[in-house]
Amino acid sequence: MAQKQFREVIRDAIAEEMERDENVFIMGEEVAEYNGAYKATQGLLDRFGEKRVIDTPISELGFSGLGVGAAMNGLRPIVEFMTFNFAVVGMDQLINNAAKIRHMSGGQVKIPIVFRGPNGSAGQLAATHSVAYESLYGHFPGLITIHPSDPYDAKGLLKAAIRDDNPVIFLESEQMYGMKQEVPDEEYLLPIGKAEVKREGSDVTIVADGKLYHVAKQAAEELSKDGVEVELINPRTIKPFDMETVIKSVKKTNRCVVVNESHPFAGVAAEVGFQIQREAFDYLDAPVQRVTIPDVPAPFSKKLFDAWLPSPKNVIDAVNTVTYRN
Amino acid sequence: MSNKKKDNITSKTASIIKATDLPKATQKTHKGLNISEDELLELYESMQLQRRFEERSMQMYQKGKFGGFLHLYIGQEAVSTGSVYALQDDDDMITAYRDHGMALARDVSANECMAELFGKKDGCSKGKGGSMHFFKPEKHFWGGHAIVGAHLPLGAGLAFANKYKENGRIAVCYFGDGAVDQGSLNESFNLAQLWKLPVIYVVENNGYSMGTAVQRHSAGNLHERALAYGMKNGRVNGMDVFSIIEKMSEVAEEVRKTNEPYFLEVVTYRYRGHSMSDPANYRTKDELEEYKKIDPIERLKTYIFSKKVAGEKEIAAIDERVEKVVLESIEFADNSPFPDEEELYKDVYANDDFPYLT
Ligand SMILES: Cc1ncc(C[n+]2csc(CCOP(=O)(O)OP(=O)(O)O)c2C)c(N)n1
Repeated sequence: MAQKQFREVIRDAIAEEMERDENVFIMGEEVAEYNGAYKATQGLLDRFGEKRVIDTPISELGFSGLGVGAAMNGLRPIVEFMTFNFAVVGMDQLINNAAKIRHMSGGQVKIPIVFRGPNGSAGQLAATHSVAYESLYGHFPGLITIHPSDPYDAKGLLKAAIRDDNPVIFLESEQMYGMKQEVPDEEYLLPIGKAEVKREGSDVTIVADGKLYHVAKQAAEELSKDGVEVELINPRTIKPFDMETVIKSVKKTNRCVVVNESHPFAGVAAEVGFQIQREAFDYLDAPVQRVTIPDVPAPFSKKLFDAWLPSPKNVIDAVNTVTYRN
Repeated sequence: MSNKKKDNITSKTASIIKATDLPKATQKTHKGLNISEDELLELYESMQLQRRFEERSMQMYQKGKFGGFLHLYIGQEAVSTGSVYALQDDDDMITAYRDHGMALARDVSANECMAELFGKKDGCSKGKGGSMHFFKPEKHFWGGHAIVGAHLPLGAGLAFANKYKENGRIAVCYFGDGAVDQGSLNESFNLAQLWKLPVIYVVENNGYSMGTAVQRHSAGNLHERALAYGMKNGRVNGMDVFSIIEKMSEVAEEVRKTNEPYFLEVVTYRYRGHSMSDPANYRTKDELEEYKKIDPIERLKTYIFSKKVAGEKEIAAIDERVEKVVLESIEFADNSPFPDEEELYKDVYANDDFPYLT
């Protein structure tokens, strides 16, 4: 096994799938000659040539829609957004076309496309460049939404996404590109829609996706020193969401905190909280709590930004609330 | 990357508009353009302030005084300075994320600008916008916009309001060559021409959209995008402040008179990478040097000397003054407090007692 960065495994997954299937190609802003704004596509142009590794103009609506059309007609495009914050410009193509055409055509048209790129906030990029989109994409039927937390998951899930016949939104937390982890040398795929229990515990369930999984993990480790054992679940896929694994855990721990980087209203955390009260109400010893970014846009100022993004302390506070340790 | 590939890139980008192929600079003198001698020195000071401000802000960024993105305008100062000179103080201006130069030219103070970069309370956007989102509506400066192309319809909207209110003001919307590819350009142009809006669309064609040379990202000549809408258009040398002043004055007068939009392509160049993290490997050193030879600030300085409007000493005094203003702005930004945490919940809705969900 080799230590690999998040950005390297994304590249490896793309390269392996391009090698395997000549209908797979990648396009996006600066993905080719510049080797990718975040270097996720480094070397792909040299390896696969300009027919399959394509620089696009800054025209998110145009190239994401072009990708959908190409997928309708037999190709398997990977579309990189420089960040998902810019995908908003092409949102009509993702939501009205990619998500709905299979259904509207009575299942005659399939759209095997992957939209991928950085998601969420990075340091001090201000309101237009800091949005975490998993709740939004999770909202729309027809789309699959994946939000991995580490290189191992990212590689296995991205390969599965490229082979999947649905439009997949693959969100890579912008601050995680440099994260390293041991990744197997031999090929592996991970199932879409399966959560992983990352840590077993008896006192409280925490569900956390994307980069906030690591914030939750840190909180869990600190809580353990205090005698509170957290069962930590990483959903990996936002849609479909593996509620079964969460419910099973809540039935054991009787308490739950959901940690998610989207805004709170109508977000992933709201939905998970709702599902738990419907499926496991009698097992709950406390109302489900959530930790999200606040209901306000991202600020620029470092001081405000640090206060805005959830911290391990926020998670510990929420755990203290559901365990009545406050 | 193999050498073959590198050669390829060079050969592609080498066909960028050479400095020698720029639209011809105007032959008019300052007298011919009705620019007084005092104003000449003010033009110089304005451009020099932008240059020094950005050089220092780069240092401050490297010292870790602030984070996020930093896109420098260095090389393009003739466009901001010349435009502001040609426009009325209450004409509306709106630009993209490479906004420091435009704000300083519009007389947003160096203090407020530096404090904004530092994320401080006294910044021109109260520390909430940062480098890419400078705002000063009081000076008819409507921001700093970071989503490429997103402010093009806003430019039409500013003009719409002026026409609606019959206040005689026009709006000027600046953007980079990369923004020309967005659908928003077409929708904005159509509305502006169809509804006869007093807006000047100015594309600052600096040769590159991030790492992609203009002919690799855009079909056809930029200013000709206007043709399909029957919109008037033109092209001007952006390294020469006189050329900008002449053209912008003409265009502004016409737009004010006719209430019809205009699309102006300004050919210019950025000296630095796209942002601080970009080493700009996609272009040649020769290309950069070629443009530095026609640097807008040096060019004006040479002119000032040649016309004996001022000597070395007077110019040195301006340079010193500018340096002082910039150094003071750093001190000001350092001393300004960070915003209080409650500021997160302010300025989101018009009413600051809005009931937030937690
Ligand atoms: C909709 C959108 N897509 C992509 C980006 C990322 N991005 C920021 S600036 C830029 C290049 C823009 O170049 P240009 O418009 O020529 O302006 P310049 O940098 O030359 O001033 C890109 C790709 C963005 N901010 N918004």
